[in-house]
Amino acid sequence: MEKIPILRMGPFLLVTIQIDLYDRLALNLEADLVQMVNKTGARGVLIDISAVSIVDSFMGRIIGNIASMSKILDAETVVVGMQPAVAITLIELGLPLKGVHTALNVEKGMELLKSKIGPEEESDDDGDAD
Amino acid sequence: MKSNLLKSLQKKKKQILELWIQNQLTDPNLREDLMSNTELRVQSDELVDVFLKNLNDTNLTEPDSPDFEPVFEILAGISISRARQGFSPRETGIFVFSLKEALLEILRQELPDDPLQLYNESMKISRLIDSFGINTFETFIKGREEVILRQTDEIAEISTPVIRVWDGILALPIIGTLDSSRTQVVMENLLQEIVETASGIAILDISGVPAVDSLVAQHLIKTVSATRLMGAECIISGIRPEIAQTVVHLGIDLSGIVTKATLASALKYAFSLQQMEVKRIRQERKYID
Repeated sequence: MEKIPILRMGPFLLVTIQIDLYDRLALNLEADLVQMVNKTGARGVLIDISAVSIVDSFMGRIIGNIASMSKILDAETVVVGMQPAVAITLIELGLPLKGVHTALNVEKGMELLKSKIGPEEESDDDGDAD
Repeated sequence: MKSNLLKSLQKKKKQILELWIQNQLTDPNLREDLMSNTELRVQSDELVDVFLKNLNDTNLTEPDSPDFEPVFEILAGISISRARQGFSPRETGIFVFSLKEALLEILRQELPDDPLQLYNESMKISRLIDSFGINTFETFIKGREEVILRQTDEIAEISTPVIRVWDGILALPIIGTLDSSRTQVVMENLLQEIVETASGIAILDISGVPAVDSLVAQHLIKTVSATRLMGAECIISGIRPEIAQTVVHLGIDLSGIVTKATLASALKYAFSLQQMEVKRIRQERKYID
């Protein structure tokens, strides 16, 4: 069975979806990702969907779920590289993905994640130094 | 007797054509600027020819008879080409109806001393040509509508340019009413441009939108949400006081969207988002140095 790899990059998790998601795969990804966030104590999740050309309401909901779950586990979610057609579909389906951060590409997504958790980490470092 | 009459009509084709063309040429509303006389003659000749060829005793009283298909085809071709050339409906109408005069004139010459039959035949011819006339009008209007549709498409195509105002800042001035199909075009163009230029900020300028109702606002909100999903920030600018009033009166919630009164202030805000600022080069320096 196919599996979507979850890569660890420092305090972040990187997920690149290279194939069109079907329901089962999306559900597995949701479960795996939440496990991974819990295990690694990641502070941010970056999901790259630039290769995804088809979405349905279920997929939209899964992305929303992942964001909400990560939020509870204290990790921010950024979705990057959404195709115009996908964005229009999600809007027409009435899924504006509130609570999910978005960025144009992986690079900008990483910057966004860093800026989201940046100040806190600094204060942590300060605490350690003291 | 009747078929004799028809035969003689068919025989007198040349005469009918001459009479008809003469009628058209003497008309003060003749548009020589749009169509040359030779072209007019060719059109008229073709129509009279096909009309008389397909005319017989039975279909004389049935304008919808399939025998007249070729006539209708020619009429359709003529009226569509005339619509494109810019003839007025009246001129196209006169073109067809003047044929009636020519036919009736010939009929009168054929039946000099039988008023009753002349009347009967005239009525039939008259009805037939009227039906041709109506048909011509229908196709004429269809031709005009095609022209209008094409122009609408062209306007929609022209009026949605996405402008790159700065590195990473796109502007999209919207001019004219926003309806569903136009929003779709606007949204697609904007999102495509965002991907191509990797721009983080898009400014939608609606100073050229005459009125905003709840539907237009809905479309705007959709566009902004789609841009946000792509990972770009969308600013709406060019909101006139009247539009602000309507939006509030309609109870539309734009609180989740950054709105600015002018494109200039939107640009300023975009610069601040990108941690840039525009400064005047200081003039006093010279005096200090």
